[in-house]
Amino acid sequence: MMKKILKMLATAALGLGLLAGPAMASGGAQKNAPDHDYSFEGPFGTFDRAQLQRGWEVFRQVCSSCHSLKYLRFRNLAEPGGPEFTIEQAKAFAAEYEVQDGPNDEGEMFTRPARLSDAFPSPYPNEQAAKAANNGALPPDLSLIVKAREGWYYPWYISPFIKLVKGNGGAEYVRALISGYEEPPHGEEKEGLNYNPYFPGHWIAMPPPLAGEDVEYLDGTPNTVEQEATDVAAFLAWVSMPKMEERKKIGFMALLYLLVFALLMFMVKHAIWSNVKH
Amino acid sequence: MSGHASYEFKNPVVRWIEERLPIFSTIRAQAVDFPTPRNLNYWWTFGGIAATMLVVQILTGIVLVMHYTPHVSMAFDSVEHIMRDVNYGWLLRWLHANGASFFFIAVYIHIFRGLYYGSYKAPREVLWMIGVLIFIAMMATAFMGYVLPWGQMSYWGAVVITNLFSAFPIIGETIVQWLWGGFSVGNPTLQRFFSLHYLLPFVLAALVFLHIWALHVVGNNNPDGIDVKSEEDTLPFHPYYTMKDLYAILVFFLVYLGFVFYSPWYLGHSINFAPANPLSTPAHIVPEWYFLPQYAMLRAIPDKLGGVLVMFSSLIILLFLPWLDTSKVRSNRYRPLGKIFFWLFVITCLTLGIAGSQPAEGAWLTVARIATAFYFAYFLVILPLLGKIERPKPMPASITEAVLSRH
Ligand code: HEC
Ligand code: HEM
Repeated sequence: MMKKILKMLATAALGLGLLAGPAMASGGAQKNAPDHDYSFEGPFGTFDRAQLQRGWEVFRQVCSSCHSLKYLRFRNLAEPGGPEFTIEQAKAFAAEYEVQDGPNDEGEMFTRPARLSDAFPSPYPNEQAAKAANNGALPPDLSLIVKAREGWYYPWYISPFIKLVKGNGGAEYVRALISGYEEPPHGEEKEGLNYNPYFPGHWIAMPPPLAGEDVEYLDGTPNTVEQEATDVAAFLAWVSMPKMEERKKIGFMALLYLLVFALLMFMVKHAIWSNVKH
Repeated sequence: MSGHASYEFKNPVVRWIEERLPIFSTIRAQAVDFPTPRNLNYWWTFGGIAATMLVVQILTGIVLVMHYTPHVSMAFDSVEHIMRDVNYGWLLRWLHANGASFFFIAVYIHIFRGLYYGSYKAPREVLWMIGVLIFIAMMATAFMGYVLPWGQMSYWGAVVITNLFSAFPIIGETIVQWLWGGFSVGNPTLQRFFSLHYLLPFVLAALVFLHIWALHVVGNNNPDGIDVKSEEDTLPFHPYYTMKDLYAILVFFLVYLGFVFYSPWYLGHSINFAPANPLSTPAHIVPEWYFLPQYAMLRAIPDKLGGVLVMFSSLIILLFLPWLDTSKVRSNRYRPLGKIFFWLFVITCLTLGIAGSQPAEGAWLTVARIATAFYFAYFLVILPLLGKIERPKPMPASITEAVLSRH
């Protein structure tokens, strides 16, 4: 009986899938990012500190020449739930950047080394400058990129279940994007654009940012393109959701409390109602 | 809605107040002793759950406003400030954003409960119609709230929905500019949406008060859809239903908070984490899930004005339901045909929801058109005719008899 029902459901799903076919195709075939088992997935997942520290190195040594992180403050680097650098390390990182401040008592603007309370500075003074330096394409701010992108595109009847289990795949998307450049099919070429099957439309203005051995990993992890991409995507995931560990921890306590409360209320309700037929 | 029962209060302060404003006897009569049918099932707990969600939205909303800035150049930043710098700001924001979804889940279940058990029929027509107004006010509130974080979908959702009004002949353009406060969606639009998003929930609270007042005049319907005949048929609201409702609220919150803590943006759109950009249109502009059935009906009609009228009619028609359903029997428990068509109607609404999430072309457009036709046929053809041709099952004489016959 059960088998029969399952079979019927499967046939129905397939039939509906055929319906969905044309709609999917018109959306512009985008390649699914390969799944990666990140340590921060699942209800108990936490960030891998060493990985975030490596990702930060990749970001500041490679990506930061074009991308800003305007919602990241240097103090965040030393806060719990992130890469957890020491305050001294975070201060030293900040001091490497100059930010504009002022006006001073003479009415002049001046630059000074960044402090813990400063946001990570943008490499360009304004959007126009950023576009001018990148063939007219704007390198987006990456503070929320992992939450703002999705990694997989499945038909509507399974997509909600896959996303519930695996999330939206934003980190996987970034990882696949920056390490997944390919030779364009049929040797096609587009001025100032590069072929990347993970990017919507497949032609992206960003040149391949990683070549391997771009940064030196002090912990001895091999600095291959794939490893660097995996690490910087994890780092950007933390920048997108800096409160994730606190959220899951509080969530566990809250749900446990609610569960016990609900069980007690069930018993109360049961006891009150046990003497009436209803 | 003061009760007729006279209560004796011992505390002299309570007595003094009671003689001037009978608030204590009213609470006793309406919230403690209120006679409630003994056979209510768990579908009846969703009214209390929905009311709880309204309270959650108002409380979290008021605190969010303390940190939010309604200006096009600062709104997105201020929401990120809430997420990153305000103590437990992320919790408030996710409680509020997911709270809207779970408010709709509760209300949708509450509405379908009413449809199945015929709760809209005499003498509960006014109670039902106030409910429909609550539903419409809620939709307006949620739509304007979604614009506030000023992400890509916030902005483009506002553009698409406000533009609908341009479909009206002659005055259309004027209405749209009046809604925008200018010649495009911009800062004046955001600020008026903010003002109304703060105001409407309190209008909603007033409507909920009227809804409950009307309920306490005519009393609860029940799963058997038969009138209360004697005291034997009822139980005092407290402790029977206070404790049952509380239990149901806790179970509902387990699911709601499960999303808040473990999948807080699952029900939203990723693209709304990108700030609004009038120069770049997202590939698919899709409303939040709770508007998808209406969105499907809007796009099912090839004519823009027609689509707008059909969409609004799908809500307005609910106001006339008490007179469209001609059956004398309330509960579908005793309506063999009514039951079948009810479930077909549920499937229709779910199908519309899926169609609304897909691009309006090809097979999905056809599906949406058929479902839209059935949606209206259910109210305008099926329910009026069924009452005439259906032979209801024999009804028990009383609620108590119905309950005992099942034991
Ligand atoms: C030479 C400048 C440059 C460097 C270095 C660079 N990017 Fe980019 N990036 C760009 C530009 C330009 C775009 C916009 C591409 C477009 O819209 O076609 C972009 C876009 C992106 C996007 C958004 C893609 C989308 O879905 O819209 C991501 C994610 C990204 N870069 C990540 C990175 C990471 C991670 C690094 C470091 C490993 C990096 N970038 C280094 C220039 C750069
Ligand atoms: C009927 C009750 C309400 C509903 C259904 C509702 C719905 C919403 C929705 C859907 C959002 C967008 C959430 C997001 O995606 O981030 C939102 C945002 C917001 N709401 Fe409400 N809301 C309600 C009541 C209130 C009240 C009473 C207030 C204030 C007193 C309020 C203040 C805000 C603020 C400041 C935001 C912007 C912050 C944010 O986006 O998280 N809301 N609301």
